[in-house]
Amino acid sequence: MNIIVCVKQVPNTEKVKLDPVNHTLIRKGVENIMNPYDGEALETALILKDKYGAKVTVVSMGPPQAKDILKDAIALGADDAILLSDRVVAGSDTLATSFAISSLVKAAGEFDLVLCGRQAIDGDTAQVGPEVAEHLGIPHISSALKVDFVDDKFVVERETENLSETLSAPAPLLVTMTRAEKDLRFASIRGKMKARKAEIPVKTAEELDIDTSRVGIKGSPTKVKRVFTPEVGRVNSVIITEEDTEKAVDMFFDKLVAAEIIKH
Amino acid sequence: MAIIIDEDVCVSCGACVEICPTGALSMNEETGKSQVEEDDCITCGACVNDCPVEAISLPETNKKEVSNASGSGIWVVVELDEEKNPLGVSYELMGQARVLADKSGESCAAVIIAEEEGELPQSFIAAGADRVYLVTGEEYAHYNTELFTNAFCELVKVYKPGSVLFPATVNGRDFAPRVAARLKTGLCADCTSLDINEEGLVDWTRPALGGNILATILCEESRPQMGTIRPKVFRIPEADTSRKGEVVRYTVQNPIDALVKLLKCESIATDDGLKIEEAIVVFAGGRGMGSAENFHVLEDLASLFEKGAVAGSRAAVDEKWVDHASQVGQSGKTIAPTVYFACGISGAIQHTSGMKDSDVIIAINKDPKAPIFEMASYGIVGDVNVILPALYKKIKAFKEA
Repeated sequence: MNIIVCVKQVPNTEKVKLDPVNHTLIRKGVENIMNPYDGEALETALILKDKYGAKVTVVSMGPPQAKDILKDAIALGADDAILLSDRVVAGSDTLATSFAISSLVKAAGEFDLVLCGRQAIDGDTAQVGPEVAEHLGIPHISSALKVDFVDDKFVVERETENLSETLSAPAPLLVTMTRAEKDLRFASIRGKMKARKAEIPVKTAEELDIDTSRVGIKGSPTKVKRVFTPEVGRVNSVIITEEDTEKAVDMFFDKLVAAEIIKH
Repeated sequence: MAIIIDEDVCVSCGACVEICPTGALSMNEETGKSQVEEDDCITCGACVNDCPVEAISLPETNKKEVSNASGSGIWVVVELDEEKNPLGVSYELMGQARVLADKSGESCAAVIIAEEEGELPQSFIAAGADRVYLVTGEEYAHYNTELFTNAFCELVKVYKPGSVLFPATVNGRDFAPRVAARLKTGLCADCTSLDINEEGLVDWTRPALGGNILATILCEESRPQMGTIRPKVFRIPEADTSRKGEVVRYTVQNPIDALVKLLKCESIATDDGLKIEEAIVVFAGGRGMGSAENFHVLEDLASLFEKGAVAGSRAAVDEKWVDHASQVGQSGKTIAPTVYFACGISGAIQHTSGMKDSDVIIAINKDPKAPIFEMASYGIVGDVNVILPALYKKIKAFKEA
């Protein structure tokens, strides 16, 4: 089985803070990480590899330093990696990004399964996975929690707001993962050594035969008109810091009754 | 690709440095002029609008490939629940489509792909639709990406809408990108505000970078302009049963067989049957709750309120203290109850994006610096496992008195 996992390097948005004075983002000191949902996709691929044997290739698009997360993936058990890094793809929206990634996936060789994280925590669109599948002309299943391979077909569990579904589909298939069956594993010593030695091929759009009219700002139907910080609806907070629990709860309770949050 | 600064025009006022959401702009120490760090610039254009002397411009974009260059009318994609009833968000979007259509001078329509017609068309006409496009058949009893995309893209090619609003539900966010890629058009994810601008285009506004910033997106040339819109952002319009509209019953000309087949489908049961998005008072627990046993007090508290429910942060769901169906936040649900108790939840943006529109937010956390206190109307600093049992006793006694 050949599995391709698409991963993205993202700023750890949990650590991004707002400058309280001029409302700009403070990105200094914010580390870049593998998008956590892509970690779920990688773990799912590695579970399939453990179970049935598979070649797992990780691919990414981003600046040269995105090699770091591909090395991390190799340390965890991925077999191969390719990075697409080219200024021509900068400024791509989801349609252009997914087009570029679909070319990258094709360049990675034959595949039975493409796994992506459901969404990236910096953009949160959840659009790139399904759009890659459309460009590849293969079906997709989104928001999955488990992928198995039974009687020559993939069996996928997914969850919507209120339903738990089990679906089947033949290869080739693309699946976006919300969560893997298990937490992302840790790298073994051997894996780390392999990653240290690994040379990650870095390709340009031209080397991957990507139609450059369909990527970057040129290939993006959407554009950002403006970016602004949300108005912080400064609420009139009543925060009780009384240390005596009984007193604190009494004060708190009275406030909630006065606000008619607690009624008879 | 980055914005272009004309140093000869720049007056070194620093306005662009302040507005830049990514910190890509700074003042060059030698020249005193504005400079851009290309890798950080996302060409959002905020500085272009803000520069008082028009020294900054966006890079020239070449002519784009446009799929359906013309189109008119605002469409709403209707999503049905397991009982074949439209989700509330379908009506919310219909109401907003009516508002936008009146502003832009277009018509608006509902698109229903379903097993049976029933009363569906009339209910959307009553909610504001001028027209209802209907595709029915037993193959549409359950959402299937391939079949729905095939049917919907045919409708778009035949009737050429100008804009399409999809619900930002799990299935809406599965369906919309597939359609967008097939039509080679733009799609804006998870919008929280919509408007028609001076050029008659839709201004799609959405949170980005974990909700730290808002971005307004345009789809200038490709048609249709499309977006997914978060539930509970717009109000459900009052039904006007006297409204008249046209129903277009469409038969798919090129039917396909789906490769993805549904083997099993069951509803995710919550303990008391009340879904968190329908609750009025929500008691949500996070990592600070400490254990599954400690979670019981939340259930006790919720039981004291009419339409009270228990929810959890991702940490609580990962620990299996609460079901995934009751998870609030980015990888869970977005809810806006009347009262939201955040118990032992620090308030990471991943969580707060799913509950920040609640009418009243109440925080209980032992860390006085927890960000959740910044958005809370009421709060108490202390150990949830001491405070909540005490609070439960007090409320119970009060209610029984």
